Amino acid sequence: MTIPADLKYLKSHEWIRVEGDTATVGITDFAQDQLGDVVYVELPEVGRSVDVGEAVAVVESVKTASDIYAPASGTITEVNDALSGSPELINEAPYERGWLFRIRFEALGDVMDAAEYEQVAQ
Amino acid sequence: MSQDDLKKTPLHAAHLRAGARMVPFGGWDMPVQYSGVMTEHGSVREHAAVFDVSHMGEFRVTGPQALDFLQYATTNDVSKVRVGRAQYNLLPNERGGLVDDIYVYRLGETEYLVVVNASNIDKDLAHLRALAANFDVTITDESAGWALIAAQGPRTAELLAPHVGTDLAEKKKNSVFTTTLFGFDVMLARTGYTGEDGFEIFTKADEAEVVWDKLLAVGFAPAGLGARDTLRLEAGFPLYGHEFGDDINPLSSHYTWVVKDTKDFHGKGALLGTAPGVRLVGLKLDKVIAREGYPVLSGGEVIGRVTSGSMSPTLKEPIAMALIDAARVEDGDINVEIRGKAHPARVVPLPFHSR
Repeated sequence: MTIPADLKYLKSHEWIRVEGDTATVGITDFAQDQLGDVVYVELPEVGRSVDVGEAVAVVESVKTASDIYAPASGTITEVNDALSGSPELINEAPYERGWLFRIRFEALGDVMDAAEYEQVAQ
Repeated sequence: MSQDDLKKTPLHAAHLRAGARMVPFGGWDMPVQYSGVMTEHGSVREHAAVFDVSHMGEFRVTGPQALDFLQYATTNDVSKVRVGRAQYNLLPNERGGLVDDIYVYRLGETEYLVVVNASNIDKDLAHLRALAANFDVTITDESAGWALIAAQGPRTAELLAPHVGTDLAEKKKNSVFTTTLFGFDVMLARTGYTGEDGFEIFTKADEAEVVWDKLLAVGFAPAGLGARDTLRLEAGFPLYGHEFGDDINPLSSHYTWVVKDTKDFHGKGALLGTAPGVRLVGLKLDKVIAREGYPVLSGGEVIGRVTSGSMSPTLKEPIAMALIDAARVEDGDINVEIRGKAHPARVVPLPFHSR
């Protein structure tokens, strides 16, 4: 199970890559493994303003639907359109081509570093 | 219920060895998947796979009035079942619903094996024993002594044949017979819950792990409850607790053929007395998955609920079963409410997939 050291994490198993005032969000390798085959993804609309902790996307495996939470308050600037045709990208490359959405944020909420997340993801 | 309180099948250690993901199911610690639901589902549709279904219950019903008793306790016509044959059947309650859905295997002139759902074992046994008071029958709970492995998929007979002491080509659907498999005494039944050809293998609990390992060695893929659920959903098979239940009349489903009004049975008046107000329908949606419990809408009104729903691995589109107001089945504008939004759905005939 990979947990890249340069990312931040939520205890609900999202990863966050911070670049300037933008955070890219996806689900972790642990989360995709627990979910199993991802078959449907519901993404927020670009331009939507979201609050930290708000459920903004849904990732569904064959068995269950999982809410994805915003790690910060801000505005959705981009979503990964490739997922609508190929939701399995989340299983294949959760930290790269399987990213979900980007938020332009003012302040990040409570996040964990990789070492802390490692304690959660087991 | 903590992990330690969960019951374990005789194959539990084999599942852990295979790296299965285990989940609680009906009080049992069961494998939900090994390699992944989509792959395992595909193995059953295109090749052959094995499921551990040892959690299911087995009752032996014997005695001079075994047939009379089963005729009274069930809705299907057990008198039609010859020795060496099996039949799908229902256990009705007093109020038009079901105690369980079951399979009845006739092993001898006055000897039957009844296979019941895992979560209903205690309830079914108490129910059957109470009904049996007026009959000359003995009901023995043999659940702990049996392991049950379902070998399912188009290549099942071909993979089993070299290792079985009986010509499988002669054994039609719903046959049951004792034979040997890999040298072990087993009972085989050409039955299943996937919509594919296959055999269910009854083995002694303490021989099950060797049989399981040999089945994997000859080419069966291991499959878990996740794939079992998507397979049965595609095949339109009701699952007790979802499409069937204590308060659901089975005549609301497409399984009306299992209820025979030509015979007397326990609870017949209640079951056949009033037409059910709901109907079980198949639904197809565009991309979005309808899950159990989601409201079904027509003209903005709630007309029912989804009972089971998933992405169909075979059809690659979302499918669901739902119990809806019987008077609204022909409505053209059916929607399913998913996370607060109405999504269009089409009522389609069941099953979604058949061989």
